[in-house]
Amino acid sequence: MAHQSTYQPKPGLDKWLDDRLPVMRMAHDTMLDFPTPRNLNYFWTFGGILTFCLMVQIITGIVLAMHYTPHVDMAFASVERIMRDVNWGWLLRYTHAVGASMFFVAVYIHMFRGMYYGSYKAPREVLWFLGVIILLLMMATAFMGYVLVWGQMSFWAATVITNLFSAVPFVGEPIVTWLWGGFAVDNPTLNRFFALHYLLPFALLGVVGLHIWALHVPGNNNPIGVDVKSKKDTLPFHPYYTLKDGFAIAVFALLFAMLVFYAPNYLNHADNYIEANPLQTPPHIVPEWYFLPFYAILRAVPDKFLGVVAMFGSILILFLLPWFDTSRVKSGTYRPLFKWFFVIFVFVCLGLGYLGAKPAEGGYLTMGRIFTTYYFLHFLVILPIIGLIETPKKLPNSISEAVLDDPPDSGGAQPSGAAASPEKRL
Amino acid sequence: MLGKPHYTIFAVFLALIVPIKQGWAAGEAIDIPTQSWSFGGIFGQFDQAQLQRGFKFYKEVCATCHGLKFLSYRNLGQKGGPEFSEEQVKALAAEATVIDGPNDDGEMFERPGRPTDRFVSPFANDNEARVANGGALPPDLSVITKARGIPLGVPWYVEPFYWIRDIATAYQEHGANYLYALLVGYKEQAPDGVEMAEGMHYNDYFPGHQIAMPNPMSDDIVDYDDGTPQTVQQYAADVTAFLMWAAEPHLEERKRIGFRVMVYLLILTVLLYLAKKKLWSRIEH
Ligand code: HEC
Ligand code: HEM
Repeated sequence: MAHQSTYQPKPGLDKWLDDRLPVMRMAHDTMLDFPTPRNLNYFWTFGGILTFCLMVQIITGIVLAMHYTPHVDMAFASVERIMRDVNWGWLLRYTHAVGASMFFVAVYIHMFRGMYYGSYKAPREVLWFLGVIILLLMMATAFMGYVLVWGQMSFWAATVITNLFSAVPFVGEPIVTWLWGGFAVDNPTLNRFFALHYLLPFALLGVVGLHIWALHVPGNNNPIGVDVKSKKDTLPFHPYYTLKDGFAIAVFALLFAMLVFYAPNYLNHADNYIEANPLQTPPHIVPEWYFLPFYAILRAVPDKFLGVVAMFGSILILFLLPWFDTSRVKSGTYRPLFKWFFVIFVFVCLGLGYLGAKPAEGGYLTMGRIFTTYYFLHFLVILPIIGLIETPKKLPNSISEAVLDDPPDSGGAQPSGAAASPEKRL
Repeated sequence: MLGKPHYTIFAVFLALIVPIKQGWAAGEAIDIPTQSWSFGGIFGQFDQAQLQRGFKFYKEVCATCHGLKFLSYRNLGQKGGPEFSEEQVKALAAEATVIDGPNDDGEMFERPGRPTDRFVSPFANDNEARVANGGALPPDLSVITKARGIPLGVPWYVEPFYWIRDIATAYQEHGANYLYALLVGYKEQAPDGVEMAEGMHYNDYFPGHQIAMPNPMSDDIVDYDDGTPQTVQQYAADVTAFLMWAAEPHLEERKRIGFRVMVYLLILTVLLYLAKKKLWSRIEH
């Protein structure tokens, strides 16, 4: 741990355990006493929100798995049985399905937060890598979970996505056959997807543990991007941030419940209520909304293999983000030029999402190509250049200087543009 | 603050994206009118009498071609549904012939249905269904109202407002609106210039306008004994409501519990906010 342990075991059992396995000390140091910058805004509550999401998915998922049947002839019917006959089955399934979407809402906000405040920069690169690995695991998990329903979209999304690997030169076809466990998406595919969909969330849980460990070594970044210098800059995690996170989770849960109880199918594709039929291709095959930006990138590239490379590349490029960004200033608040390009980047990502839902033809395709190009340019060209040419604003010397004295020219610490409210003080 | 010169960057960017427009893709968007449904919205509940009429209409008209394989007869007596009495459910189930077995002699046998049986589909398998319908397959209707959507068809910059509106008003009736439109949307005569394929019927709302299902609707084909008008519109609304219930039998429970959960969460949120505010007011941050 990066900070001195303040744990005082009570004499007796507590002390006895502490000498042998200091788990209580670890819990105390990471969850109660951890020194946390005093100026974190609400964008910093998404870590807690994500942990909440993971727990919700695992708990609802395990109970669903007790009632689900991973067989091509029975999967769709077993999901309907859960909806109709299992006690609270409709609540479990809708929570799990909406939960996947809420999970991605939270993770995308969490990542844009990191991008705006430069949280990926030294000394937090490993923390950022682990985050990207979490994103990849989440995507794999959600993709396979969606297939389990065995509706039309499940089946055809599985077919389209696994088929992408056939674009790999020379070994493409054997890889796809190996993935499918046969010559088409069929029962063996469904079975292995179920096994993996059960496994990956626990792998995810492990990586989340590492992610938090990697957070606790350097400690949190914060809205001004100036690292903690003295004790005056921090507050103990509990009760300050446990309460703040708790409030944020409650607000998040409100939105979550709104979807579960009043619009449970709003984010789902209607075609997934039609049982999978390998002989009938739906007119538009559309992935879940959280994959749409990547789907747009895939289709923007005319060559199949290069499209696949671009799609995976658009995520893998995030691993290199700490080096593409040449600025030594972390927080976007103090970077007048970066700020604008950040807003545009967010817009381009949302735009790609919109285009991913549209047929890849006509003007949609052209726009998809422009946006895809821009997406990569942002990392490869724009970030390195603005880091070099931009004159950052003057940084406060420390968090306490920025917060406690409230200097008159704190204009720089105020929100602006679409990245607003981050800085709002409560 | 954002420096002025940088507005140029954003202006150029906006100039690039605003021209994105609807209808860049091939294919025609069909406008489907929105109906008002008793089960719509946050407090929506089914109209029990309507569900009973809808079931009657389904049984006497649609059931010749379409099954409801995910429903059991006992569901008809369940709370939040048509709520037929136990006797009525038994009688309705008994009208069906269920193939059961094998018996002790190793033979399959026929027996009258019981409330615990699943709805018996009109055809033994898809091939039989196709042969009887000129090659077209009448889909099972158990989840049909959730299996049909309506594209929004608005420009991209207003689409997010529609999402917010739909979620805030709990709008989930796309499928019901489509089904109603489909049932009242038949035309005796295809418009001039439209070439109809053999055995096809013209419908205003079916994608492509040519549907293999003959118009199942006309006034007075099913008797209502409660004085409800026996019109195509009324029939269509009733059978659509019934099929919405069939697809979402726990809708009433979901909305009722949802309201309590929302109130609970709202109180919790306010309390947490006040506690947080009090705690943080002691320190500068
Ligand atoms: C004579 C047999 C028959 C009857 C009676 C019948 N249908 Fe159909 N129905 C069909 C066939 C055949 C199709 C397939 C049409 C196609 O694919 O072109 C179909 C399709 C449908 C569809 C799917 C349309 C779509 O969007 O794909 C719905 C919904 C439907 N029927 C509802 C009903 C309802 C409600 C009733 C009772 C009022 C009914 N049908 C009565 C034969 C019938
Ligand atoms: C990272 C966490 C997880 C994510 C993102 C996720 C995502 C998903 C998604 C998108 C679906 C399809 C939803 C639908 O339309 O019904 C699904 C279904 C399913 N998931 Fe998960 N899941 C996660 C964790 C789990 C876990 C831990 C289990 C079991 C231990 C599980 C079991 C299931 C089962 C049985 C289904 C199919 C039944 C259904 O459709 O509801 N999931 N999951």
